[in-house]
Amino acid sequence: MGYKPPRNYLSMKILVCISHVPDTTAKIQFTADASALDANGVQFVINPYDEFGLTRALQLNEQLGGTVTAVTVGDASVEPTLRKALAIGAHDAVRVDALALDPIQVARELSAVALAGAYDLIICGQESIDYNGGIVPAALAEILGWPVVSPCIGIDPAGGRAKATREIDGGKEILDLALPAVLGAKKGLVEESELRIPNMRGIMSARTKPLVVTAPQGANPGSASVSFTKPAGKSAVQMIDAQDLDTLVQKLHEEAKVI
Amino acid sequence: MILVFAETWNGQFKKSTFEAVQYASACAKAQGTQALAVVIGPASAPVESLGAHGADKVLHLHGPEQFETAQYAALLAGVAQELNSSLIVVSGTANGRALMGALSVRAEASAISNVTALPLSYSPLRVVRGAFSSKGIETCESRLPRSVIGLIPNAIGLKDSSDSDAAFEDRSASETARATVLEQQLASGSISLPEADRVVSAGRGMKSPENWGMIEELAKTLGAATACSKPVSDIGWRPHREHVGQTGIQVNPQLYIAIGISGAIQHLAGVSSSKTIVVINSDPEAPFFKAADYGIVGDAFDVVPRLTAAIQKYLN
Ligand SMILES: Cc1cc2nc3c(=O)[nH]c(=O)nc-3n(C[C@H](O)[C@H](O)[C@H](O)COP(=O)(O)OP(=O)(O)OC[C@H]3O[C@@H](n4cnc5c(N)ncnc54)[C@H](O)[C@@H]3O)c2cc1C
Ligand SMILES: Nc1ncnc2c1ncn2[C@@H]1O[C@H](COP(=O)(O)O)[C@@H](O)[C@H]1O
Repeated sequence: MGYKPPRNYLSMKILVCISHVPDTTAKIQFTADASALDANGVQFVINPYDEFGLTRALQLNEQLGGTVTAVTVGDASVEPTLRKALAIGAHDAVRVDALALDPIQVARELSAVALAGAYDLIICGQESIDYNGGIVPAALAEILGWPVVSPCIGIDPAGGRAKATREIDGGKEILDLALPAVLGAKKGLVEESELRIPNMRGIMSARTKPLVVTAPQGANPGSASVSFTKPAGKSAVQMIDAQDLDTLVQKLHEEAKVI
Repeated sequence: MILVFAETWNGQFKKSTFEAVQYASACAKAQGTQALAVVIGPASAPVESLGAHGADKVLHLHGPEQFETAQYAALLAGVAQELNSSLIVVSGTANGRALMGALSVRAEASAISNVTALPLSYSPLRVVRGAFSSKGIETCESRLPRSVIGLIPNAIGLKDSSDSDAAFEDRSASETARATVLEQQLASGSISLPEADRVVSAGRGMKSPENWGMIEELAKTLGAATACSKPVSDIGWRPHREHVGQTGIQVNPQLYIAIGISGAIQHLAGVSSSKTIVVINSDPEAPFFKAADYGIVGDAFDVVPRLTAAIQKYLN
């Protein structure tokens, strides 16, 4: 209701895949049987990498027209995160009603949404900061038979093709590819200072923007979590006098054996 | 047969490549099978060095000039299917990480990244991996007969190489690339951050980008890579590729020296698995000291040049 898509909405259809993850300041605890994350008291947010992707999608939308759709695979608990994406500026949202179990399953569920919507560009994050898989973007692209650029730190579409910048170890490379394509976004795709936060108007309009819930394909996961533990903490720090750096060097050599 | 992607970098094998080969070789031994290292594209480094790190066989596929995700995934998947491999090992470098998702779909395999140690079991395949940006450790199980494992660089200690008695095969091969590399821009002389044994990292306490000379001096003296906190890259004092932490590069070096970094939870998430952490900070209350092995309370502008000198003295 109330919501009208932009007039030239067929010019670039962008799908932004949003992962719903614990806030970066969250203390990570696991359930008593160690089988899962203990979500009690944990704030969930849009995966930080996906925020870069969403912002770039909105910028492209402003330049080229079209639509920006946000999608999450998850149960009803992820809807506030999708509403936040709508408040930031996405035009509509899709929730695939399945628990996200594994990157392969998620990629298969997303591929069905991608095909149903005939998108020109899919923007994922380079990884989710919960399970740190980094698998979904290239898996999704391979299922669709599309090119993938991850980690992607630049994209400029023109005439059905795009120039993309990919970060590589020790540098970057510029790629030329045909759309549609999948990106794995990272800072650089937009700068931190360009990230958008929801304003009051955005929050109000997000309430009436469409959030469609679709039934899952029932894709099988490739893997499953068995258990979780916390890493062993460090033993107490040894403070060394700033005037006695030879002692530090000696300890790094003899005790830590790192130089 | 266990497959390992022997990634090249400018025609050379990286340390992380040898780690992946050593890992695959240990998996192969545990299962009474062999490890096949697959090299794709131009390699100027001697392929014998892969045998010296444990590969039983080396297959060199000639054809592609440069890494491209879809093409490399198709080539590796082809070999995995031909040999009916149950396990494919790649290193968690930028290219290896990009490859995993495409390769697992193409090879009908599960994909388990961020792996830190040898498998706990092989059928079913169970491995330990870092999750929640090193705030958690997950045991993960494959549900498919074939798996792609991504090994975190620096997670396993590289053994000395031995003599190679590996068998070699060359083949020409090609698959369709879905993107064309127009140009590569490499930062000259810098050490790759995810693979670095030693990292010197600095934060907002350095006050301005002109002051990074002393950081680079210390790094050079140690043969270390340079890194920075997120705000330092956000305001453009240092390039984004140096940003470490939960939303940047995850590092796992032997030695991490943090200078003028407060130690926010998001920063610690990306660096806390470093073996030894040294913190230099003027504020004795800085949270980073709680995560450190050695701490120095002092002004970086005074301490860092003297530390460089002390290390130089020791090295001579
Ligand atoms: C979603 C999200 C994700 C984030 N991800 C990351 C991430 O991946 N990586 C990351 O680093 N941060 C991340 N952050 C930011 C993080 O919360 C901190 O703000 C940041 O790490 C602080 O950087 P800093 O330590 O350089 O600066 P500050 O917190 O300003 O600390 C500067 C330190 O320098 C010390 N100092 C000052 N002068 C001197 C001197 N002369 N000599 C020695 N010490 C001195 C001070 O005592 C202080 O401890 C993230 C934040 C958010 C919200
Ligand atoms: N449950 C999910 N729903 C929608 N997108 C997801 C989901 N999980 C992962 N993604 C996307 O895939 C990217 C990489 O995730 P991962 O492979 O899980 O690390 C994320 O940044 C998201 O863009």
